Amino acid sequence: MSNAATGPQSVPYGRRVKRFMADRPLIPLIILLVMLVVILQILRPGIVNERWIANTIKFAIPLAILAGCQTMTMLTGGIDLSVGTVATMSAFIMATQIVNQDPAVAFLLAMMPAVLIGVINGIGVGVFRVHPLIMTLGTSLIGTGCLQVYQRTVIASGAKIPDFLAWLGTGVTLGFPNALLLFVPLAALIVFTLARTGFGRLLYAVGDNERATRLSGVQYWQVITALYVTSSLLAGITGLLYIGLIKAPSLSLAEPLVLPSVAAAVIGGTSIFGGRGGYTGTIIGALILTVLTTLLTILQMPEGARRILFGLIVLFVTAAYLRIVEER
Amino acid sequence: MTSSPLLDASGVAKNYGAVAALRNASLSVLPGEVHALMGANGAGKSTLVKILTGAISANAGRILIRGEARDIRSPAAARGAGLLPVYQEPSLIPDLDVLSNLRLTGTPVEPFRAWVRELGIADLDLRDTARDIPLAVLRVLDLARALAVEPAVLLLDEMTAALPANLAEKVLEVVRRQGDAGRAVIFISHRFVEISALCDRATVLRDGETVGVVDIVPGVEEKIVELMLGTRIVKTHVAARSAAEKAAPAPARPRLAVHKLRAGTKLNDISFDLGDGEVAGVVALEGQGQDELFAALAGSIRPSGGTIEVDGSPVKFAHPIDAIRAGIAYVPGDRSEALAMQRSVRENIALPFSAALRNWGPINMRKERATVLSAIERLQIDTRAQGEVQRLSGGNQQKVTIARWIAADARTILCFDPTRGIDVGTKQEIYKLLREFAGHGKSVLFYTSELEEVQRVCDRVIVIFGGRLVDIFPVEEADEPALMRAAYGLPRGTKADIGILADPTASDAPEAKP
Repeated sequence: MSNAATGPQSVPYGRRVKRFMADRPLIPLIILLVMLVVILQILRPGIVNERWIANTIKFAIPLAILAGCQTMTMLTGGIDLSVGTVATMSAFIMATQIVNQDPAVAFLLAMMPAVLIGVINGIGVGVFRVHPLIMTLGTSLIGTGCLQVYQRTVIASGAKIPDFLAWLGTGVTLGFPNALLLFVPLAALIVFTLARTGFGRLLYAVGDNERATRLSGVQYWQVITALYVTSSLLAGITGLLYIGLIKAPSLSLAEPLVLPSVAAAVIGGTSIFGGRGGYTGTIIGALILTVLTTLLTILQMPEGARRILFGLIVLFVTAAYLRIVEER
Repeated sequence: MTSSPLLDASGVAKNYGAVAALRNASLSVLPGEVHALMGANGAGKSTLVKILTGAISANAGRILIRGEARDIRSPAAARGAGLLPVYQEPSLIPDLDVLSNLRLTGTPVEPFRAWVRELGIADLDLRDTARDIPLAVLRVLDLARALAVEPAVLLLDEMTAALPANLAEKVLEVVRRQGDAGRAVIFISHRFVEISALCDRATVLRDGETVGVVDIVPGVEEKIVELMLGTRIVKTHVAARSAAEKAAPAPARPRLAVHKLRAGTKLNDISFDLGDGEVAGVVALEGQGQDELFAALAGSIRPSGGTIEVDGSPVKFAHPIDAIRAGIAYVPGDRSEALAMQRSVRENIALPFSAALRNWGPINMRKERATVLSAIERLQIDTRAQGEVQRLSGGNQQKVTIARWIAADARTILCFDPTRGIDVGTKQEIYKLLREFAGHGKSVLFYTSELEEVQRVCDRVIVIFGGRLVDIFPVEEADEPALMRAAYGLPRGTKADIGILADPTASDAPEAKP
């Protein structure tokens, strides 16, 4: 890393800044995040306080975990659009099963569809080579359909939010959201997996050059199946956290998070073509999107204009970021 | 036939960056002539053909058609000028039926039908979708489509490859008659038998230059081989190998035994052994089945017949991992096939370590570092830009592809043209490395497109032609002329006066010669 940063002194300033940024892609993202917070503070003086920060983090965490699913799948050149459905399913099943079941049993039942959809996605993409976009979109639709059928069977028993999940989702201890208790270890695990495990290496390598991994003895279907199962499990856990935060089970609970989760990963510097990126950038990407949403909310614009602006900003940020970070 | 040439190209040059693919090529084709274009791998044949057919444009040179200077900027311009190619790959659009394909190129249907019948295909339905037509027939249809527009100059690239004997015979007959009808044919082929039966003259290319134009007469193949080799015809001596580089004593059973191996239409009944401590060379012209041979041994494709034995026990490879478990590693010729270009040198070298499911857990970074560093040191990889493999030079990239298997301690390496496009210094290092590797009792199968490498590296040479093993040379006899002759399917030890052109049994084609 040091070889590129310590270029000759005669290099023009702009070029040097660019090179510095290219070697540390997190820095421009953090600058952008701080800038957004400052703009927010200027527009609504006093809004940025301890409570606001805790709140922002609380809402950014589910998005950040789902964006983790996108980061990992995008590293292999894939995508997982079923995370919204999987999160919704686990949340809905948890909220309805907890009424009559032991919490552990309810948890296992809630995670079952996640495992199932992950396995199906993995086999579809890894063995039958269905494009991940289509595969996960398909399982997502099937999952939503199944959930509608399931809803009829439990309509009588009602639903409730387990206290533990509400505590985890909305609680704040000593100024820190309790959700961090789940998120910090999870994020650390993802970062470690990507950087320091054989599985993480393979995700990058498969996305970079699948043929090369095959010649090195890597069996594509194994990697892809493990990947989509992991992604689905993360989505399932996100669903449980999210129901604790939103406290209103519905059939489209986490669906609005799907496309922002893709955007967060892309803003965070993960290439949609595979082989490039990482999870720390994604976390900041999720924070940026969450702050941006707040910003647009307080501007009190009509919903349509807000969406247009949101889309434009996401496009602009991504393009600008890639220009800064890419050397070529 | 002493009229002015139909096609006269001279001084044609083409550079790709600093690399000159063509320096000074010329080609002059008379009306009524079937003209062979010959040259070893990389001599510039395909570049010249691409220029003549408008696929790429030349940096320098002059192309006259019927004495008029023409600027051939696109395939359409080449067609307009009366130059029509038939390439090795079928050019009909697979999802259209034959008739629509004809309309697409404005080919008249009736002449096309007539030519198809002439070429020996009696039952063609023009409504058939191109996808459903067998490959051999498609190639014939390509030829018929070209013939139907009566081009002034027809350009045939390896026209008879992959054709069954009866079709090939018809094709040669029709091509011959094109010449008699006053039009011209440029005929690219590796097969002397066909060239002798068909062609009037041959233009020989070497290193991007036209080095000779010869009349096809009995015995001329010696002259052509000589031209293709140039000054390198002098017999080189095999340097005595030092003790460390000497092959280990051959064990009772071979490391790798291949018996009657077949793969698709390209590879037929290849049998050979590879012993421990041996570097066996493979020499073949382009596309003679060597790609399939290596792919089958590496587990990338499944052979359609024959057996492979490793250390005496038969194996079936379904995936490269099976070959790797048997200690056989494949280093492809195209580096972009083997490397994750955006990843670091270290990750690329360590890639096979993570392949198996049980190695997916945390990586022992210190141990990995030590292994990778020792491989880097052994191959002397320049690691100044090791953050991303794509920033390394070609030679260093190639070293990374080999270092991977040194680090993984493979017992047999299949090297497919590992020195293509890399600098001389690195080439030397790779030769040395392969010899050392064999010196440690391991084995190498080494395909090379550069014949001079054979004597530097190999203990034995296997020559493949048309998907068959035609000869096995001990290294002492494997000088370039001998290898070149063998690669063109010419029998060993024959001389000019009893050359294949004079041998009536070698060819059943018409004897008529101007």
